[in-house]
This record gives sequence, C-alpha cells and structure tokens, in this order.
Amino acid sequence: MSTPAPRPRIRLDKKEAKKGDLVEVKALVAHIMESGQRKDKDGNVIPRKIINKFTCEVNGKLVFSADLEPAVSANPYMQFKFRAEESGKVVLTWIDDDGTKIVGEETITVS
Amino acid sequence: MKITMSRRAALGLGGAAVAAMVVGAPRGAFAKNDHADLIKAFTGGKEPTKGKVKLDVPDIAENGNTVPLTFSVDSPMTADSYVKDVLIVADGNPRGGIATFHFTPSSGAAEASTRIRLAETQNVIAIAKMNDGALFIDSKPVKVTIGGCGG
Repeated sequence: MSTPAPRPRIRLDKKEAKKGDLVEVKALVAHIMESGQRKDKDGNVIPRKIINKFTCEVNGKLVFSADLEPAVSANPYMQFKFRAEESGKVVLTWIDDDGTKIVGEETITVS
Repeated sequence: MKITMSRRAALGLGGAAVAAMVVGAPRGAFAKNDHADLIKAFTGGKEPTKGKVKLDVPDIAENGNTVPLTFSVDSPMTADSYVKDVLIVADGNPRGGIATFHFTPSSGAAEASTRIRLAETQNVIAIAKMNDGALFIDSKPVKVTIGGCGG
C-alpha cells in the first residue's frame, strides 16, 4: 500500500523582490498528523505519524525552521517571512516521523 | 548548578508539590501536562518578561482541531539583535508541546502562523528567546467549543 507523496502547496507573496524586502511564504501540505493519542474502534492506540520538522532554505541557507508536535493540526499550515538577499531557490522541506521528506520549491528573483 | 536527585526523591517531592497545590493553589495553577517542564527546559529556569511577544489566537475556537495561531516578536532581526527561538505550549492538552520555531537574522521578521489542536478550553503560551538570551512571554486563554485531539 503505497500512497503517492503529497505535493505541497507553496505561495510567495511576491516572486520578484528588491534586496532587503520581506517575502511572505504560505505553505500547506496534506498530512494526517496522527497524534498517537487516538484509539481505533477496538481500543488499540493508532501509532503516531506526524511531520516533526519543517525547514525553509534560500539558496541552501537555512532561514526558518520549526519543530512540530502532535498538537499541530492535520495538513499543517505554515506562514512566515524571510528577507530577500539574492535571487535563487526557496526550498521547503517537511520531515515525517518515519524519515520521509516532502520537498517543495519556488524561485525568487531579487533585484 | 546541577542538581542530582534520585527518582524516588523526585517522585516524593513531586507528590508533595501536588499535595501543596491541591490544598493552596488557585484554580489554573495545577499542572495538567508537561508544559511547565517544557518551559523550564526552554528558559533554563529563568523567568521570562512579559512583552515584546504578541500571541494572536481566537478568544473562542469553535473547532479545537484547527485553531489559527499567529505570533510576532518585536525585534530588528539584525545579526546583532534577533529572535532565535519561539516556544509555543498549551496547558490543557494531553501533552504541553505545540511547536518550536527557529529564526535567523535572514528571517527578516520574527513572526509565523500555523494551525493547532486544542483539546479543551485552556491557555496558550508563547515564549521568545533572543540571541542574547533574553526571554519574553505572552499567553492567551482560548475557549474551545469542540475539542481537538479527540477520537
């Protein structure tokens, strides 16, 4: 039973920025964020399966990250900003408890 | 200073503390989950100052499964002065932790939004740690109509 890797939705509030501008990132990924505290019909605990780490790198440089707990809602939503320094790739990574990585990418042009 | 304590002694102390709280403490001071331990681990036992952090959560959340949360910390976010980490905890969930956010000077602004689960009416607490180690705190009560984390 293999489910296709979810495709994250990423939106930058601007694709072109002046150096020093703040760029707002909104990102959403489909994920159950199973808390590990719920039980199924037979009373067995449903094993925890969450995204426990989220990172944002711009041209390979870490600008923002977060450690997530089961108290983050399903389909975790992240909104944050970074300061535009140079054109390049904005890479967002979600890391699952089982080590699976979901990676999404956007480009930013800085003038 | 490092304090070493046997498991038994720790349990005994904890028991005494709980008993003391049941007798004397006002309602709300009772530790429901591990949020106080998480705060202590984050602050190193230092008392955070009220201010600089602004936590924005709804007064009333109809659906505890997805409660919007936004915070911002007043900081110039330069290499000399920036917010390093922000810890978000809740005092009424089965477990206290919600998320920890890590910023860099390149973040430009120490603010973020996400959506969280709240099992019941409780307080949400945000603590910011600056690059110089200064700590700031904000907390907000949220009234939850239908709890999250259910099942």
